[in-house]
Amino acid sequence: MALLELENVHSYYGSIHALKGISLTVEKGEIVTLIGANGAGKSTTLRTISGILRPRQGRVMFDGQDLAKTPAHKIVNLGISQVPEGRGVFSKLTVMENLEMGAFVRTDKAGIQEDIEHAFTLFPRLKERQKQVAGTLSGGEQQMLAMARAMMARPNLLLLDEPSMGLAPILVDGIFETIVNINNEGTTVLLVEQNALMALQVAHRGYVIQTGEIVLTDDAKALQVNEMVREAYLGH
Amino acid sequence: MLNERLRNLSVIDSLLWLLRAAIIVMVLWGTFVGLTSGRADGEGMGQFIQRCTTQTDVGTIQCMGKYSAETWRDFIIFGLAQGGIYALIALGYTLVYGVLFMINFAHGEVFMSGAYTAFFVANAFAKNGFLDSNPIVALGIVLLVSMVTSTIIAILLERIAYRPLRRAPRLVPLITAIGASYFLQYTFRGLYGSGKKVYPDPAILTGKWDIFGIPILKTQVVVFVSAMVLMVVLYWFVQKTKTGKAMRAVAEDKDVALLMGIDVDRVIVITFATGAAMAGAAGVLYGLLFKQVDFIMGFIPGIKAFTAAVLGGIGNIPGAMVGGLFLGVFESVGPSLFLEGLGVPAAYQLKDVIAFTMLVLVLIFRPSGILGETLSEKKA
Ligand SMILES: Nc1ncnc2c1ncn2[C@@H]1O[C@H](COP(=O)(O)OP(=O)(O)O)[C@@H](O)[C@H]1O
Ligand SMILES: [Mg+2]
Repeated sequence: MALLELENVHSYYGSIHALKGISLTVEKGEIVTLIGANGAGKSTTLRTISGILRPRQGRVMFDGQDLAKTPAHKIVNLGISQVPEGRGVFSKLTVMENLEMGAFVRTDKAGIQEDIEHAFTLFPRLKERQKQVAGTLSGGEQQMLAMARAMMARPNLLLLDEPSMGLAPILVDGIFETIVNINNEGTTVLLVEQNALMALQVAHRGYVIQTGEIVLTDDAKALQVNEMVREAYLGH
Repeated sequence: MLNERLRNLSVIDSLLWLLRAAIIVMVLWGTFVGLTSGRADGEGMGQFIQRCTTQTDVGTIQCMGKYSAETWRDFIIFGLAQGGIYALIALGYTLVYGVLFMINFAHGEVFMSGAYTAFFVANAFAKNGFLDSNPIVALGIVLLVSMVTSTIIAILLERIAYRPLRRAPRLVPLITAIGASYFLQYTFRGLYGSGKKVYPDPAILTGKWDIFGIPILKTQVVVFVSAMVLMVVLYWFVQKTKTGKAMRAVAEDKDVALLMGIDVDRVIVITFATGAAMAGAAGVLYGLLFKQVDFIMGFIPGIKAFTAAVLGGIGNIPGAMVGGLFLGVFESVGPSLFLEGLGVPAAYQLKDVIAFTMLVLVLIFRPSGILGETLSEKKA
């Protein structure tokens, strides 16, 4: 059984039909990427999984449970964390407080402390800045914080929404390296990207989404050489 | 550069600048005339200033207008006490605005509901002697009753009147709040009657204490100190506890707060409850300081506290505290300081006008408040 399974999911913003029957699966231990142009419905897919948006039709199954029946704030408890588009750090909270919010649903104080230390070894910059409010961090540091914060919930599945957006190329490499590390430590990853080249290099499989529909799916290797993908997303 | 800026000034802008200048001149002129009104006949300004700056016993020689130094000091102390009350109420406006970007105009009634209900407990305690035999316990119970009543009213208000409108255009909850405000006023009028009720005066709070050599009415000390303690507790709660941090997270971004697993609805209820508990406490302090309650007692302090919240920058917690104290003192000192100097008769009765003028001026000139936090980013 797949860890995550979307089955014919339809989501709306009012009368705007944003997802028109999305089906996809993510197996335990994988990095799966969802690539597509701006406005294709990538963020909407992630919002539908994490419960901010409710599908009007279709099923979202996680670990055998139907997420449509779970209140949004309880979905983290099931083991899904999301790094939202544009990072979404709490800019008026300190770095430390942001990490604490990431662990909001946990009560094991010692474990939380341990994970904060772990995050600080992964991202030493955050340790230096732990007392600063997050709004004063650079874009790259905010992305690190957003990822570290999402990991504080000890998720089984990490949803990443365009983590490379707006970052200098040198930082992008670091972010993708971190994604691979997180995956190697046992977390399954669903990675949304416009930077298809980078995403397909780290992912095992990929889906291509266009105007709310999945138009193509294959191994990442195969997608890298796929004519349509190369033309539309890799600039060849 | 300057030329260009001058050309870009519209007529309205110029008028607003003139208005600003006129107000400053009036306040300064009024203050000046007021303070120098103690000049002896025929005494020149130079002589007056010299006399008042060289003699040390300023209290007796009328260097500060019609009032002695002691009177000014008492004005300020009273101002701090009432300012503490404004600040406590203002916190409710600011907390709710912080998480919902909505002005809870029924907050004055939340304050009234606690104060008015607690009056009956206080009165019963006064009648059976408990208030004087066991004043601390009695006042503690009165305070608790007030805080709990206000909290219950606020939670009902949120659940019934505001939550269903969370996604409605902003004007809708605002109008609802005004409706709720009248509903509460007349409900409490129906319950408790329309007459003014006199708050009992606990014996333990009559008279004065000597604090650093200054005799101060005990009531004022207790009111001010209680307000300060409550504000410190609230500040600690918001800054240091997990729930407080969740409140600030919800204030910043509800969707991301949901992603953290924060139950946003619950945090919003807690925010209303916290603000209401502060208002309930303020209600008892108001009863002690002003000695009377009735069903419309929430209206004017409500608007004043709103003014205080706006002064400090709405949504900003330390701002509400500073704004409340500032307004309390300004209102207490202002009439004698510059209104009398301007020749306004019975100036003290105009103290409400000062607060409301200030509200209008702040909204026109500096809607972000004196502490100047920007309200923009993400506040939609
Ligand atoms: N809050 C919203 N309200 C209305 N329409 C929206 C909203 N967010 C996204 N959309 C629309 O839904 C579609 C998918 O958007 P989105 O999922 O954000 O795309 P992507 O993340 O792939 O760039 C777009 O047509 C977009 O205009
Ligand atoms: Mg997007």
